[in-house]
Amino acid sequence: MTIVFGVFLLTLMLITAIAIVRTQNLFVAVMLSGIFSLLLASNFFLLDAADVALTEAAVGAGISTVLYLSALALSAENERAPYSSHRLIALAVVSVTALLVIYATFDQPRVGDPAAPVHQHVAPWYLEMTRDAIDIPNVVTAVLSSFRGYDTLGEVFVVFTAGIGVLFLLDKPGARHGGTQTVGRVRLRHYLIPRLVGRMLIPFILLFGLYVQFHGEYGPGGGFQAGALIAASIILYALLEGETRALQALPRRLLTLLIASGALLYGGVGVAGMLLGGNFLDYSVLASDPVKGQQLGIILIEAGVGITVTGVLLSVFHAFAARGRF
Amino acid sequence: MNFLGIYYYWVFAILLMVGFYAVIAKLNLIKKLIGLSLFQAAVFLLYITVGKVEGGTAPIFASAAGERLFSNPLPQVLILTAIVVGISTTALGLGIIVRIKEEYGTIEEQEIQEIDRQ
Repeated sequence: MTIVFGVFLLTLMLITAIAIVRTQNLFVAVMLSGIFSLLLASNFFLLDAADVALTEAAVGAGISTVLYLSALALSAENERAPYSSHRLIALAVVSVTALLVIYATFDQPRVGDPAAPVHQHVAPWYLEMTRDAIDIPNVVTAVLSSFRGYDTLGEVFVVFTAGIGVLFLLDKPGARHGGTQTVGRVRLRHYLIPRLVGRMLIPFILLFGLYVQFHGEYGPGGGFQAGALIAASIILYALLEGETRALQALPRRLLTLLIASGALLYGGVGVAGMLLGGNFLDYSVLASDPVKGQQLGIILIEAGVGITVTGVLLSVFHAFAARGRF
Repeated sequence: MNFLGIYYYWVFAILLMVGFYAVIAKLNLIKKLIGLSLFQAAVFLLYITVGKVEGGTAPIFASAAGERLFSNPLPQVLILTAIVVGISTTALGLGIIVRIKEEYGTIEEQEIQEIDRQ
């Protein structure tokens, strides 16, 4: 049965990808890429990657579609000239490379082979040590926040930097002069059904986001997914009730504070470990029992990740939306 | 599983190149960025495919089940963070495109180059 589902989902993905590239209407392309993300998330789920599927569904199908649409509203909705003059050369290069990569796949280990090299290196160690040293059920969370805490710290800083970059590019303080008159513009307030359905859904999305945040050690979830979900619920609120109401609930200044404080919390936990006599990002020293210390550290840094991701995604959304007023 | 396995690799190869084609052959900047996201999605798919273990489950210990076979958690960790980093960098790219539109009045590559040449 899995094989039928797998082939079906993969083929749909290919068709969607080709349709995305072929269409000249950018609105259609963005909508199709939302569908593409959903198909990709289903594929991740088939491949046992529940955490990744959750992230892709929240980020790819939810937030990235909204961001692309706000960028489209500020630029153009159609491509003018569909292809560059070097189209045929590009096509040839792409086809030859695709054939080469396909040729190379015959030397790859069979998918799912437990003896493949990738499963021999550190993965068994992680699976074993999670039980002994950290004692939480979700190995993905354990690896993410404890064993490879340095990587995740770096990635939180990349998210942080990208968010600051967008704010620098789009958030010109001088451009907000006449804001107060136009701010009252409402988006979907006159559409009864989206508004009612949205109102019912938003609290549940928010609750689910918090559940994903705090249940990340036991089931699929964690700071990255939770941040995306919480941001998605507030973006939905902003789309339905107008941006002003969303900004009243969570002002810009607070969002900027969130971006910084999440990254600071993460780094702070690392430094706290150093001050208590361990290494940077070594959580074992945070409590008298090393296992409890690890669990405490994971909860804290997951919270930091969640706060930063929420802050960045919401600030980026508001930065785009504020441009749209002119 | 055997055919499905090789099919996963092929879909990866084709997706990768469909995305790359959009980056090099399309002139619209937003379309290029969408192509880059497709390219990225293909890499995500490859990593997760490689991490799959036949007969395994998601790497979450269930208390009742005892010893079970788990898929490899490491590629999942890498891709999970990469997805969120990907959306942040995409947002940055979109921000740059919006600024280009404001300065040049167009987001078509050849028109921007013509304006630059003048």
